[in-house]
Amino acid sequence: MKELMLIMIAAVLINNVVLSQFMGICAFLGTSKQLKSSVGMGLAVVFVMFFASLVTYPVYKLLERLGAEYLKTVAFILVIALFVQLAEMAIKRFLPPLYKALGVYLPLITTNCAVLGAAITNVDKKYTLAQSLTNSLGTGLGFTLALILFAGVRARIETSDIPETFKGVPATLVAAAIVSLSFMGFGGIV
Amino acid sequence: MNILEPMIFFAVLGLAAGVLLALASKIFYVKTDERIEKISSALPGINCGACGFSGCEGYACAIVNDGAGLDLCKTGGAAALDEISKVMGVEAAGAVPEKAIVRCKGDCNAARTKYTFAGVGSCAAAEIYYGGFKKCTSGCLGLGDCIKVCPHGAISIKDGIAVVNEAKCVGCGLCVRECPNGLITLRKVTNRVDYTCMSTDSAKQTIAACENGCIGCRQCERACPEHAVKVVNNHAEVDHSLCTSCGKCLEKCKRNVISIRN
Repeated sequence: MKELMLIMIAAVLINNVVLSQFMGICAFLGTSKQLKSSVGMGLAVVFVMFFASLVTYPVYKLLERLGAEYLKTVAFILVIALFVQLAEMAIKRFLPPLYKALGVYLPLITTNCAVLGAAITNVDKKYTLAQSLTNSLGTGLGFTLALILFAGVRARIETSDIPETFKGVPATLVAAAIVSLSFMGFGGIV
Repeated sequence: MNILEPMIFFAVLGLAAGVLLALASKIFYVKTDERIEKISSALPGINCGACGFSGCEGYACAIVNDGAGLDLCKTGGAAALDEISKVMGVEAAGAVPEKAIVRCKGDCNAARTKYTFAGVGSCAAAEIYYGGFKKCTSGCLGLGDCIKVCPHGAISIKDGIAVVNEAKCVGCGLCVRECPNGLITLRKVTNRVDYTCMSTDSAKQTIAACENGCIGCRQCERACPEHAVKVVNNHAEVDHSLCTSCGKCLEKCKRNVISIRN
């Protein structure tokens, strides 16, 4: 149990997928404009990561038995795409406003390297099923945390007086770098 | 290396995913307006974004849900407008296709330069330094900012100025926004006579700067029987609601500023 807790904390804070490993930046910058859409996006990623790792675990075991581990990327992408499609359909059905707010970023989870990154980390570190699920859940929550934090930062940027040349993307990128810097403080805790 | 087993494995995995998705699409089925699909298929589908929406699908949604204008897709042109009007049940107003025109003829043989520009190869950058390297501050700088945005490859640089290939131009208007001197505009193809100099300098300055620049001599204005040509801001302009494409202004112009096309 203690081990699982450590994996969780490491995934959420220390090896935060966006702010420490710099994966999934596209969706991070794209959907963090509003708090609401960032929460929605974060939860969609949690869903996809969790279920994708649930399925990629047996898939990888099977691939290992067939001696075809080298095909893991292809298989993982297939599984991830499946869950992204499912998540997209479900959101379109039950939360149309969120579907509209997320726009193109929702199908882009398919090619979001954070999701594939989580699945491959599970395999590389030879995690058991429970550990894999914990790690994926933690990674997803870390992604959500980063999005929510950054949505707050961006709301502040919107209302503050910044030089004309820095308005928009430059200010956002500088802010992202500073938020990322703050996460370095978690390094070495576990 | 064993190939057969992984192949079978992937086939099964793909099949399972496909079946699952098919089932899910039945369960999570959302009734969408069928007009959106029809309009989407009528649009060109290249997602150029010239209409101002996120893409062809976005424009189709905007037409049906938010009542956006039907004639915003320049790429699809009259054919797309016809189709969209049919779907929406409105009569299509006869749309005249438009083409981009670059209103400058100051090529490297005609226009003189005031300094050698060695900065970033972009008109916007050159424009910052004293209105560009040409003596004429309104002239085409020929560094190709318009070429970069043209999705159809219709603009090229010929003798140092931008030239539109009308066969390729669909009149999307992306280049219009890009030109720092505002030299590119869309003209209806039925407007055959047009002016090709935007210089606001005095006659003396223009003569010193460019051989093809309008000096505002008003010969064209006097020659026009319909009073369609007027000299405004030191260059000739054509009012297309009056112009009959008779070509009399062309004959009088000594500076090669007014042109006629087929």
